[in-house]
Amino acid sequence: MKRNLSVAQGVAWRTLHNVFTNPSLVIPQLAFPLFFFTAFVGGLSRIHNVPGFHYAQGYTAFQFVFVLLQSAAFGGVFTGFGIARDFETGFARRLLLAAPHRTGIVIGYAVAALCRWLVTAIFLTVIAFAVGMKVGGSGIDLPALYVLAAIVNSAAVLWACGVAMRLRTMQAGPVMQMPVFLVLFFAPVYVPLNLLTGWIHGVALVNPLTRVLEAGRSFVAGSPAQVAAAYGAAFGLAVLFAWWAMRGLRKAEAAG
Amino acid sequence: MRTTADQVLLLARRSIVHTARQPAAIVFPLLFPMLLLAVNSGGLRAETHLPGFPTKSFVAFALAVPFIQGALFATMNAGTDLARDVETGFLSRLSLTPLRGAALLAGQLGGVVALGVIQACFYLLVGLVVGVRPAAGVGGVAVLLVFAAMIALAFGSIGAWAALRTGSPEAVQSLFPVFFVFLFISSMNIPRNLISTTWFRYAATANPVSYLLECVRSLIITGWNGEALLLGFGIVTLVAITGLSLAAYTLPRRLAR
Repeated sequence: MKRNLSVAQGVAWRTLHNVFTNPSLVIPQLAFPLFFFTAFVGGLSRIHNVPGFHYAQGYTAFQFVFVLLQSAAFGGVFTGFGIARDFETGFARRLLLAAPHRTGIVIGYAVAALCRWLVTAIFLTVIAFAVGMKVGGSGIDLPALYVLAAIVNSAAVLWACGVAMRLRTMQAGPVMQMPVFLVLFFAPVYVPLNLLTGWIHGVALVNPLTRVLEAGRSFVAGSPAQVAAAYGAAFGLAVLFAWWAMRGLRKAEAAG
Repeated sequence: MRTTADQVLLLARRSIVHTARQPAAIVFPLLFPMLLLAVNSGGLRAETHLPGFPTKSFVAFALAVPFIQGALFATMNAGTDLARDVETGFLSRLSLTPLRGAALLAGQLGGVVALGVIQACFYLLVGLVVGVRPAAGVGGVAVLLVFAAMIALAFGSIGAWAALRTGSPEAVQSLFPVFFVFLFISSMNIPRNLISTTWFRYAATANPVSYLLECVRSLIITGWNGEALLLGFGIVTLVAITGLSLAAYTLPRRLAR
């Protein structure tokens, strides 16, 4: 366990050092969520007037939850790009040789993704409050939203890690990104679930991220709903992708 | 004259074949805008209940977006290809031949325009299949295809200029987020008069991409709207002239003989 942790610590430190000393990695990580937040809140705030839209905290808070979860998911995927780059440059192979307990490699990447996302989350939260976001939740509700987003971040990095370890090339980027993009956008992004109609309503109903998103919005509104289902869905995804990542690690080991 | 035309044709053919050999360069510009159309038209359908929304079909409203988005993808691909030609030395080898600079640009952009028109036909076909009927009729569809070709030419020339200026595919790719910002801070998802956030409405009004979208949208939703057409064609012509001038100015430095 101790050796796993020391490997994880080394991998996490290196990943974070690489990210935070490279402006081309830091700036998009902060700018893209902010950009989506601006575009959605600024451009679509009139949606608040659509009949049937009853979210008391307003459209800024409504979209904040989505953008926070999106930043968590994409924070994980972007870390996956780094893993693929490590394989392409040969660093990951040296890491596999040097690490006494290789599970620590996966844990290290996941810890790095989480720390990376926390910086984005703080930045986004400060901006949201600065532009007047209203929060109805108590001292427990808001942290519950961040914990939920952190689990989503872990699930996303484990998914991306599994792909990176199987394909071991930067060209795997779209394979990591596209499913996450689809799962995110097939949830009720712009309006609540009850206002979705047609095929997208059916897809959103079975999309596990819908529960997470609706629960996240309920936390901000101060009236928690679907909490167990949301945490269950997020944990379920994290456990599933942990298994996926570990299988990927074994495949990378077998590939030599 | 005939020699120049032959050179243009050869280079356009090379550009098209080069693109055709990279499935990702074709599939992604076709698929991704359609995916976003599906997502947005499903998620934002409730917007049609807003008073003053110009149509009851959000797909018809949103169908303008793929035209611009597809052109951006094509532009990035074309710019990246040209930058790769600079990086690999292909352009330097061309400079040893009697090839005219204008033919190089025309050939490269010819390929981009061809791809742009193919994409536009695909988007229109998808629109027709899901029940969108362009209000401007068959003539409107023809104008739409001409406009799509002009958008591809205009953005393609900007991509070509960036490629010639930097000679780096990565630098050309880094333009993509900039274009994307222009697309999102526009009337992409809602008509400008329905944007309630004042600064966003001003930004969308100042953003030329809004007028390109509204030109396409007018042909699909309202029919023949002289103002929207004039603004759309005027802006795309201006962008094309600027892009072509910048590319033509930069080209001799890359084709130093």
